[in-house]
Amino acid sequence: MAEPAPNGIARSLERLGHAASARIWRLGFAARFFAYVLLHSGTAFRRFGLTIREIYFAGVLSLIIILVSGLFVGMVLGLQGYDTLQRYGSSEALGILVALSLVRELGPVVAGLLFASRAGSAITAEIGLMKATEQIAAMEMMAVDPIARVVAPRFWAGVISMPLLAALFSAMGIFGGYLVGVQLIGVDEGAFWSQMQASVDVREDIMNGVIKSVVFGIAVTWIAVFEGYDAVPTAEGVSGATTRTVVTSSLAILALDFVLTALMFTGGNAR
Amino acid sequence: MAATPIVELDRVSFGYDAARPVLHEVSLRIEPGSVVGIMGQSGCGKTTMLRIVAGWLKAGAGGATVMGEDLARLDNAQIFALRRRMGMLFQFGALFTDMTVFDNVAFQMREHTTLPEELLADLVMMKLEAVGLRGAAQLMPSALSGGMARRVALARAIALDPQLMLYDEPFTGLDPISLGVIARLIRTLNDSLGQTSIVVSHDVEECFGIVDYVYFVSAGRIVAQGTPAELRRSRDAFVHQFVQGEPDGPIPFHYPAPAYAADLEAADHG
Repeated sequence: MAEPAPNGIARSLERLGHAASARIWRLGFAARFFAYVLLHSGTAFRRFGLTIREIYFAGVLSLIIILVSGLFVGMVLGLQGYDTLQRYGSSEALGILVALSLVRELGPVVAGLLFASRAGSAITAEIGLMKATEQIAAMEMMAVDPIARVVAPRFWAGVISMPLLAALFSAMGIFGGYLVGVQLIGVDEGAFWSQMQASVDVREDIMNGVIKSVVFGIAVTWIAVFEGYDAVPTAEGVSGATTRTVVTSSLAILALDFVLTALMFTGGNAR
Repeated sequence: MAATPIVELDRVSFGYDAARPVLHEVSLRIEPGSVVGIMGQSGCGKTTMLRIVAGWLKAGAGGATVMGEDLARLDNAQIFALRRRMGMLFQFGALFTDMTVFDNVAFQMREHTTLPEELLADLVMMKLEAVGLRGAAQLMPSALSGGMARRVALARAIALDPQLMLYDEPFTGLDPISLGVIARLIRTLNDSLGQTSIVVSHDVEECFGIVDYVYFVSAGRIVAQGTPAELRRSRDAFVHQFVQGEPDGPIPFHYPAPAYAADLEAADHG
């Protein structure tokens, strides 16, 4: 080797800088893509049948995993919550604990994580494979904008499905908590429901949960459609994109949840 | 040569980046009604030429005129409008895998027209009849053989009666019977529907059998052109090598490499 060995530190700095600027470039590209999808969403609403079809794939087909997980999470909350609350002699508060944990946090977050791995990955894989098999190109060649025809309906289907799934998750979880707490352990049924009804606030708790699930829905589906559309059109590229969708959207949900919780609930307590 | 050409490339150059030019000053004229072949090795830039004609890629230098429109002056919406008058057959068909054969062929009609379903069904059946697959209308693309899928894609491409058909490697990966069927269809559809067709291919016999005129492309340049009969007689070394399928000639068998002996020695001492 005639060339002198490059300085190790300089080289790693260079690599770091390159990786960072590539990430930022991609983030900017994703943002422009998001704006383009929003601008070309007319078709998704004018021909709502297209979006309904995607709601079936993203939402309806996710029902089983969402409902079963919701039930089990609620049942576990019932067991754990009772175990802790009965030490302080307040096991009647089980209804509040189960409902608040689900409506505020677990409903949107766990449903979001499940939605990312069930529906998000499917959206990425489908769009990525359409690209790899030139279906996207064929559409462009037939003078049909694939963003309006393929991406936007999937995006809106995800945004519409996610809050509904989170709500069903919470409802199912509360039912699971009821099954374990009231039917199995024997907490007073009247206290369970009345305390829940008295303490869960529609605006403070339920609305904030719904807002969270809408935000998660936007984040997950945006990441899923972007990764699919931006996938390298090979088998390897599509599998990598699918993995990235699950990883990135899960991290995004957790990070956004922290930010949203900090904004929503700290303010309430300080008042 | 009196008629205005339907496609004209005038000294078109193109490169994805400055360091790797793909096309150098390519010029060609395609007369209405003709079937023109663009032939060359894989990676010589022929698909890029097709993509420039389709308005997919913008020529870096030179002029591209398609159906009387200067592509450089068109915005996206105008390119889309122009594409409604073009059809393209992709290498592996690119059928929409989530739709039946019928819906694939109906796709463009549904997107671009407001035809009533009944009329649309008649039109789809006519297109499928033209490629001999009326009976397969309700099948999903996964149930089709490669040759059938290509024929369905052809029916889909001619759905709105395009004036200009672009074929990207239409013969790749087909058995001899399907290959003959596709080749004959390209020619008959062109003549019966009054189209003009560009066939990008490297299959010499099939292509020569149906085209009126051929451009040979090598390393991004047009190196020879003429009718198939003229090219068969050509003494040009490249054309001779390509038409005869000889392994060595102006296009070397070996990828550029250092001297063989030096490489072996390096491997021994490596």
